[in-house]
Amino acid sequence: MQRETMEYDVVVVGAGPSGLAFAIRLKQLEPDTRVCVIEKASTVGAHILSGAVIEPAPLDALLPQWRDSPPPICVPAAHDEFLLLRDARRATRLPTPPQMHNAGNFIVSLGALCAWLAPQAEALGVDVFPGFAAADAVFDDNGAVAGVRIGDMGVAKDGSHKPGYTQGIDILAKLTVLAEGCRGSVSKTLIAKFGLDKDCDPQTYGIGLKELWQLPPGRVRAGHITHTVGWPLDHQTYGGSFIYQLDKDRIAIGLVAGLDYSDPLFRPWEAFQQLKHHARIQPLLEGGSIISAGARALIEGGIQSLPKLEMPGAILIGDAAGLMNVPKIKGTHQAIRSGMLAAEHYAERHAGTGFDARLRASNIAKELRKVRNIRPGFHGGLWRGLANAAWETVTVGRSPWTLKNHADWSSLDKLDPPATKANRPGPNATSPREPGWIERTLPPRDRLAGVYFAATEHDEDQPVHLHVLDTDICVDRCTIEYGNPCTRYCPASVYEMVEDLQEDGSKALRLQINSANCVHCKTCDIKDPYENITWVTPEGGSGPNYQNL
Amino acid sequence: MKILVAYKRVVDYNVRIQVKPDGSGVVTDGVKLSPNPFDDIALEEALRLREKGIAEEVIIATIAPADAQAHLRNGLAMGANRAIHVVTPDAVQPLVAARALLKLIEKEQPGLVILGKQAIDDDCSQTGQMLAALWDRPQATFASKLEVSGDKATVTREVDAGLETIEVDLPAVVTTDLRLNEPRFIKLPDIMKAKAKKIDTIELASLGIEHAGEIKTTHYAPPAKRSRGVMVKDVAELVGLLKQKGLV
Repeated sequence: MQRETMEYDVVVVGAGPSGLAFAIRLKQLEPDTRVCVIEKASTVGAHILSGAVIEPAPLDALLPQWRDSPPPICVPAAHDEFLLLRDARRATRLPTPPQMHNAGNFIVSLGALCAWLAPQAEALGVDVFPGFAAADAVFDDNGAVAGVRIGDMGVAKDGSHKPGYTQGIDILAKLTVLAEGCRGSVSKTLIAKFGLDKDCDPQTYGIGLKELWQLPPGRVRAGHITHTVGWPLDHQTYGGSFIYQLDKDRIAIGLVAGLDYSDPLFRPWEAFQQLKHHARIQPLLEGGSIISAGARALIEGGIQSLPKLEMPGAILIGDAAGLMNVPKIKGTHQAIRSGMLAAEHYAERHAGTGFDARLRASNIAKELRKVRNIRPGFHGGLWRGLANAAWETVTVGRSPWTLKNHADWSSLDKLDPPATKANRPGPNATSPREPGWIERTLPPRDRLAGVYFAATEHDEDQPVHLHVLDTDICVDRCTIEYGNPCTRYCPASVYEMVEDLQEDGSKALRLQINSANCVHCKTCDIKDPYENITWVTPEGGSGPNYQNL
Repeated sequence: MKILVAYKRVVDYNVRIQVKPDGSGVVTDGVKLSPNPFDDIALEEALRLREKGIAEEVIIATIAPADAQAHLRNGLAMGANRAIHVVTPDAVQPLVAARALLKLIEKEQPGLVILGKQAIDDDCSQTGQMLAALWDRPQATFASKLEVSGDKATVTREVDAGLETIEVDLPAVVTTDLRLNEPRFIKLPDIMKAKAKKIDTIELASLGIEHAGEIKTTHYAPPAKRSRGVMVKDVAELVGLLKQKGLV
């Protein structure tokens, strides 16, 4: 059967800050250009998760009147605090690094910000289609990207068609703008197909976990910003936490851990739960309730891992490209700027050609170049990382060297029974007998309870959207070499090793994929030590339903 | 024949409902709103009757604040011919909803009115029944099968004892149960087509409906939190604790 098609001048994949900024800017410049934005979440913002403190300058440039009717959560930054957590009780105040000063910035919910941007794009004539997932790119006869294919709806787990089966259409466009965010599935395929990353370092990532809390009245100081490093992460693991105090007695709290961590027994979700029980933090949360919670991978490779941003028929923007400024812990301003720059480029050329050079010559790349050595400096641990960061900050990135990045999947140590768990404090402790164990009293009790706060939903009768290429590796090699780390880094308990009773009475291990729990964070696609897992889009509209994350 | 479908906007069934800290209602800021699932089923059934050639036109109607246009576009994208938006800033109760729908019926003269058996926000399950009484026409509630031939409809109802099949004269009111059908997926080109379809807007206040005898909600509260459990070593300790609490 011939697929239905729709034609646009430009199709944007992903209704995040970069994609929406692109669409808005392009319509401002060329009102007659036909632009659509497709989004896999059931509603715009439902798959967006970020801290987030943002720099407002790009928003001022995009929508000069935005301060007159700001997004629903938008609290001016008031006070910055930077703490070193030495253990579960002690905290030492450190000088706030200059990149982390937030005067003039705003604490927002990026999800709410995108939900607020989408109608403004629509008012300019952009067609925004939430609930439709890009399954693949489509190509023309010359091999150039010619648009995207929307995933089919109503396919059963076994691949057969259910009564409501609806074939996805092809959206054809002169330019496809990939704005999928960190580790986008179509972007990943196209980066590989066109070899866009052959001249840059491997990309590196982090995992961010976040909860939004409603607290008893009077406790929250709106605009107060706290960042921490140290406990519960060991000094070899890059990362830290954020606590942003919002309005209406709400706070956002989260933990980010670099996915170049080496301990296969590390459990990021549990580390986050430990963090909440620090003596300085627990009293803040006690008696409150969780509004929403979730997880998302973030992109940390910077300029040395930035792939080529154009290919025939398509370009990469925002975190699909990888523009986050890690020392600032901000990417939204970069995403919006890259979307606007791409729109200006298209308005001039009506093609993506030359966008890569243009972005590399822009302030967006300049900002990344300045801080390029800070994140990789933490490969040597927290102390060397902080010392290196101070040097790079003082010299404004003028060091004649550029530190290398390494692929996150390759960074895990193999299991070494006598050396592991017992030596590692905190997050890996699974019982009170182990060092670093903290009795947890705050919700959620476990990862499944956490999934409940993500309100994630997938029709169970659809093909599994986490493709494990070789499940024998899980049992034959991974169990022995790494102890199945997928069961630990996945924040939603998607991966489980279960024992099946065989006919002869023996037991055999098997990987069970609970794909309905998935919160679309993409960590498994990044961190699996054998690069054995591929994340693809499930039915459009599936996935988490984040509320103001 | 025209079919009128009541098409309410509610907080999506995947959203964790949260009570506002001041107890004045539930949180709807930044919360996903969707068509009431039973109303989606009602619309699907109406569309199937149109596809069979039994109905010529399917009209959806909602009673909602001014920002509900996108909600109606959703129903139009699914396939409804046109929509009526009765605008009111406040949530309405079943009796007011039934009176408003009656006004629309008087104007549109549908041969069949299909509603969801209840809306998942207030779970009242009253509007269909009230509407049938006010309109003085037959009602067939909790339908799991609907067949129309000539001026009669045969409806299979889900009742406590099992299934009950009744025949009603048209025009009539039918309310849908979960098993009536599975609503279709919306296709992208249909969203574009829906943009050209007509939405009539009427102020609720202009319909001249009585508001008397309304129920007043004093406050909302979440269910009480479950207290923490205790681990017991053995049966004896369990029995002891139960006795101590006077439960056995």
